[in-house]
Amino acid sequence: MLFFIETVLSGLMAGVMYSLVALGFVLIFKASGIFNFAQGVFCLFAALTFVGIMEKTGVPWPVSFVLTVGVMIALAWAIERFLLSHLVNQEPIILFMATIGLAYFLEGLGDLMWGSDVKPLDIGLPSGASDWMLDTFDIYVEKLEVVAAVVAAALVTGLAVFFQKTRIGRALRAVADDHQAALSVGISLRTIWVIVWSVAGIVALVAGIMWGAKSGVQFSLSLIALKALPVLILGGFTSIPGAIVGGLIIGVGEKVAEIYLGPFVGGAIENWFAYMLALAFLLVRPQGLFGERIIERV
Amino acid sequence: MNAFVEPATMPGSGVAKGEVLLSVANVSLAFGGVKAITNISFDIRKGEIRAIIGPNGAGKTSMLNVINGFYHPQEGTITWRGKARRKMKPYEAASHGIARTFQNVALFKGMTTLDNIMTGRGLSMKKNFLWQCLHWGPALKEEIDHRHRVEEIIDFLEIQAIRKTPVGRLPYGLQKRVELARALAMEPELLLLDEPMAGMNLEEKEDMSRFILDVNQQFGTTIALIEHDMGVVMDLSDRVVVLDYGRKIADGMPEDVQKNQDVIDAYLGVPHEE
Repeated sequence: MLFFIETVLSGLMAGVMYSLVALGFVLIFKASGIFNFAQGVFCLFAALTFVGIMEKTGVPWPVSFVLTVGVMIALAWAIERFLLSHLVNQEPIILFMATIGLAYFLEGLGDLMWGSDVKPLDIGLPSGASDWMLDTFDIYVEKLEVVAAVVAAALVTGLAVFFQKTRIGRALRAVADDHQAALSVGISLRTIWVIVWSVAGIVALVAGIMWGAKSGVQFSLSLIALKALPVLILGGFTSIPGAIVGGLIIGVGEKVAEIYLGPFVGGAIENWFAYMLALAFLLVRPQGLFGERIIERV
Repeated sequence: MNAFVEPATMPGSGVAKGEVLLSVANVSLAFGGVKAITNISFDIRKGEIRAIIGPNGAGKTSMLNVINGFYHPQEGTITWRGKARRKMKPYEAASHGIARTFQNVALFKGMTTLDNIMTGRGLSMKKNFLWQCLHWGPALKEEIDHRHRVEEIIDFLEIQAIRKTPVGRLPYGLQKRVELARALAMEPELLLLDEPMAGMNLEEKEDMSRFILDVNQQFGTTIALIEHDMGVVMDLSDRVVVLDYGRKIADGMPEDVQKNQDVIDAYLGVPHEE
């Protein structure tokens, strides 16, 4: 039983990390209907910049964090100015293609600026097992994962307040619902898009730092975006709570399946379990757990 | 019900009642080879209710879209509060006192009635973003002030009962009313209504007519409306402009327009001479 609890806990913690990445997708999709293929590369680029600034200038990590936030905001502005503003009113598939291009561009830019070697990310985040949990409950929990969970919780709370309580949040939800009506009450689409992409960039930075602390900042970071896809399918593309719950389900499902089903099929279930779960889910509830229901009148 | 906007304190208004508030001159708009509007000129005077009528596809909605900046005409000028310009921008129109509603209700479906109307206050809320995140201090006071105004509009339009209902769940007639409320929340000087009574039953139409007249008389808001119900148009409007195939065919008092042979032909479908 203890072992089962341990498995579920470690699944929950891994799930939080997936949720962090999925959040960025949801934000952009909700506000602009664009599926941002570059979100994974956003994480890589943000983490690279964060580590790069520390390496080159030797500033302490909070300074580097603030500078990187600045870079992500500048990036959001540039994306709006040079990419999105030229593609207004295009088909979603065209915008999607544009984000694929953006992904490769950013990947190259990151390499060019900071080099392509694996960089350790050490900002003093605790690592190893939590002794307290081990002593009191005899359960093994990674400290870093607890930190990630706390950070994710804080981030989601912050975003929820931002979306529900502020004028800008209200404007964001308005744009997500109806572009024309939003324009008619004087909301500027361009400003809103810059804000959304900035927020998605900052979320990507946080996710990049957490993943970077776990496995070093390297190219494979951009591939965690692929793990966010089943999370989105489960949770729904338009729901922030959905991204969280979806991440947790995938995280726990993966770990439990690996340990209890793995031995019967030769292991390595973890690699494909999430996608199978998403596929099964699509058949039953294509809009996801919390997504807006798709009603087609024919 | 106290008027929540004194006509004299209308934001930025330097135009006296009866003077020209907005005029369009020689406006032409084409989408590729399709001419939506050809060389149309007319004006809207401060304080009046101006109807724009015409058969389907006459260019009425295109005209409203030109006025609030959704479409940019290829030719012509738009003069708003005495300042002439080639085209409006949506942000400029909204921040300079032009509000509108849409033919097919354009509400923020996921939000409550209250939140929808609050978006109309967005332009006049100025408090710093960080304050808003804290939801405390000056920002909270500002939010409460604006909320107060919104409640007055809710009372005025008699939609108290649906304050907290997500608008996607409301019947069509009420959605139209919420849309009007959102436009009123902007405290506009000019209110553009695109078929405010389309799809309504008789009782709803009577309610809406009453609201439109009240808005015009109590708040002094100038109104331009597109409407197909001729009874409503004749009752409500001070002056009528008639469009057909993107051209202006008549302009004047309702009773004169009604007798105009071109208008009668347009509505009865007499073949067009090129």
